[in-house]
Amino acid sequence: MASIEAVESGLASQGYIASRQIATAVYLSQQIAKPILVEGPAGVGKTELAKAVAAWRGLKMIRLQCYEGLDEAKALYEWKYAKQLLYTQILKDKLGEVLGGAATLHAALDQLHDFGDVFFSKEFVEPRPLLQALEQEAGCVLLIDEIDKSDAEFESLLLEILSDFQVTIPELGTVSAVVPPTVILTSNSERNLGDALKRRCLHLHIGFPEQKLEERIVESRVPAIAQVLRRQLVSFIHDVRTLDLKKQPSVSETIDWARVLVLLQAAELGHDVVKDTLNVLLKYESDVEATLPHVTTFVAKALRQNVFG
Amino acid sequence: MQENLHRFFRAARGAGVRVSPAESIDAMRAVASVGIFDREVLRDTFLLTLAKTQDEKRALSDCFDLFFAAPAPSQPANGNGEADRAAAAEASSEADASSPGGGGSSSEGLGPLAQMLLAQDRAAIQAAIATASNATSLSSIRFFTQRGLFSGRILDAMGIARLRDDLDVLTADNPALAERLAAALEALRENVRDAVSQALLLYGREEAESLRNDILRNAPLSRIEPRQVEEMRALILKIARRLRERYSKPRKRQRRGHLDVRRTLRRNAAWGGVPFLTAWKRRHRDRPKIVALCDVSGSVARVSDFFLLLIHSLHEVVSDVRSFAFSGHLIEVSEILQTKGADEAMAEIMSKVGFGSSDYGSSFADFERQAIDAVTPQTTVIVLGDGRSNNLDPGADIVRRISERCKRLVWLNPEGRMSWGWGDSEMLRYQTFCTVARQCATAQQLERAVSDIVAAYQ
Repeated sequence: MASIEAVESGLASQGYIASRQIATAVYLSQQIAKPILVEGPAGVGKTELAKAVAAWRGLKMIRLQCYEGLDEAKALYEWKYAKQLLYTQILKDKLGEVLGGAATLHAALDQLHDFGDVFFSKEFVEPRPLLQALEQEAGCVLLIDEIDKSDAEFESLLLEILSDFQVTIPELGTVSAVVPPTVILTSNSERNLGDALKRRCLHLHIGFPEQKLEERIVESRVPAIAQVLRRQLVSFIHDVRTLDLKKQPSVSETIDWARVLVLLQAAELGHDVVKDTLNVLLKYESDVEATLPHVTTFVAKALRQNVFG
Repeated sequence: MQENLHRFFRAARGAGVRVSPAESIDAMRAVASVGIFDREVLRDTFLLTLAKTQDEKRALSDCFDLFFAAPAPSQPANGNGEADRAAAAEASSEADASSPGGGGSSSEGLGPLAQMLLAQDRAAIQAAIATASNATSLSSIRFFTQRGLFSGRILDAMGIARLRDDLDVLTADNPALAERLAAALEALRENVRDAVSQALLLYGREEAESLRNDILRNAPLSRIEPRQVEEMRALILKIARRLRERYSKPRKRQRRGHLDVRRTLRRNAAWGGVPFLTAWKRRHRDRPKIVALCDVSGSVARVSDFFLLLIHSLHEVVSDVRSFAFSGHLIEVSEILQTKGADEAMAEIMSKVGFGSSDYGSSFADFERQAIDAVTPQTTVIVLGDGRSNNLDPGADIVRRISERCKRLVWLNPEGRMSWGWGDSEMLRYQTFCTVARQCATAQQLERAVSDIVAAYQ
């Protein structure tokens, strides 16, 4: 990662058109070894960013999807209880042999201590995403998705990993990362994250892209679409975003819509086509109803812009 | 360079962005790795490392523009090491030159400042202002009353004494030149004043704001001036945000120590009931349920206004609020407050029940008839009023019945304890039925009262 430009073109080679700020964030996170906390509305490419970084740098991506009730056992590590149980059953005879020589209970206990903590060794640890990420020898991209959905307690669990790239397992000691992973956290701002977590991260806010940038994104994702239609489509969506809607159409919806239009072999944005496919763009019935009266104006505007643009 | 970054961090704090030492270290490391030559990249770097919310990003961006708006090309603030050294050298030479008898280098026998002004070298003048501001530690400016002081100091540091002497000499020898110099001096004064104002904007904002907020917090709500109403609203919203942050913690709390036998057995069914995993009993905390009765007559109206605003801004913490307003009679206002803006809602409420003389007895009777069902053993009932019933029936028996039904009955009175029970105040009779009765006249008291009410549910 030589420069910000290199990041930009690297991500572009994976089909992710990054704004300057996004590229700066990725570059900086590498330079000063800090996780990136990405916030923004749904569907602007927060998760995609992690995927693109992983694909570009040829690293494995490990994803931890957060949800309410996510805990240590599912995020960090777990003991393989069944295996432990099975092994004690199988080794029962062996244990009997070893302990057979002992005359008293105390002697048996002492001999048992000599085994050490056989059943609490690395063999019996089931690594979950966070531990897996630390164990990757080639380094990896760790995506902690939708951190705002998890409980506040879970944030505190992450602090050690985010600042020092290590975790402490009581029975085994501290496990440090072989190669510090690139950590990307995403959040939809459903709840406010703690200051301690924010302090440890670079804070990147991805909003809806500008018109030019969005056109480039559509171009890279849906290459089959004609330039004329692309421009009209993006201009139309930018108009829709000015309305007061329950859920604004985001980039992923733009791309979906572009695909649909290509599939329908539309050459130009027309009133009827838009009306028929509006449900691809808007996810609530009330939003569709709010937009319908404006369709004619927006389409006309999009067509006009094409003439002068 | 480092000095300039530190000044920028201080300015950022002034703009309301919380910059911790650790973050400033991060920002410095980041700046060291991206360089300082591309302004946009530098701005992005600061936005990424320092600001942690959208609001902070906006504030920081403005602050960045203001801080680096200083016009001079050789301004030290663009962090150029070369420029720093050059400015320092200039400063030292200037110091030499402006010391008495050291002005021999000037061909016309004028001081360096006069020459600079006459040459109309704007870059040099700006650089000199910047150097002088550093020397007088302009960044420690806090209040607008210090503007004159700092302007004077900067002009002194730039050698205005020498300039005055020059001006005196010139008025005798060369009146035309003197006039030009005097005009230039005026312009210089203006420039310095601008620089000081800018510095005040950058570094003084935090102090001034906290001072103003302090005064506002302790001002009696019922007597604030109309122009302060907006500011007070903002302050109340800020208080609401603080309370939200404090109390919107999860409502489930594990109570370690009490084994939940049923859940433990079920969870370990796979291992033949050998309890590898244990489940502990959890305790659910009640969500605050609040019924608020607000007097909207006369002087209490304003306090009620702010109280309702605060309670309804807390919807993340207290989702179950029913509000009632009364003076002569009582109506429910929850819906008006939820659907309309603060101003509009208050106007509508006032037009429906406001401006009458208060009748506590019949209002409480209205409440008992309409909505006594809303009061359950989990409910906190808050009455906000002065308890002055114009010698009508106080309805104390209804208050007693309400207090028997509810979890807590809290009475907030804008009047001080001293006046309770005087004149037509029935406060002492009501007080016997209240869990808590307290004064609530300022924003600070309001915050404490609401905070205590919510805390009772934690």
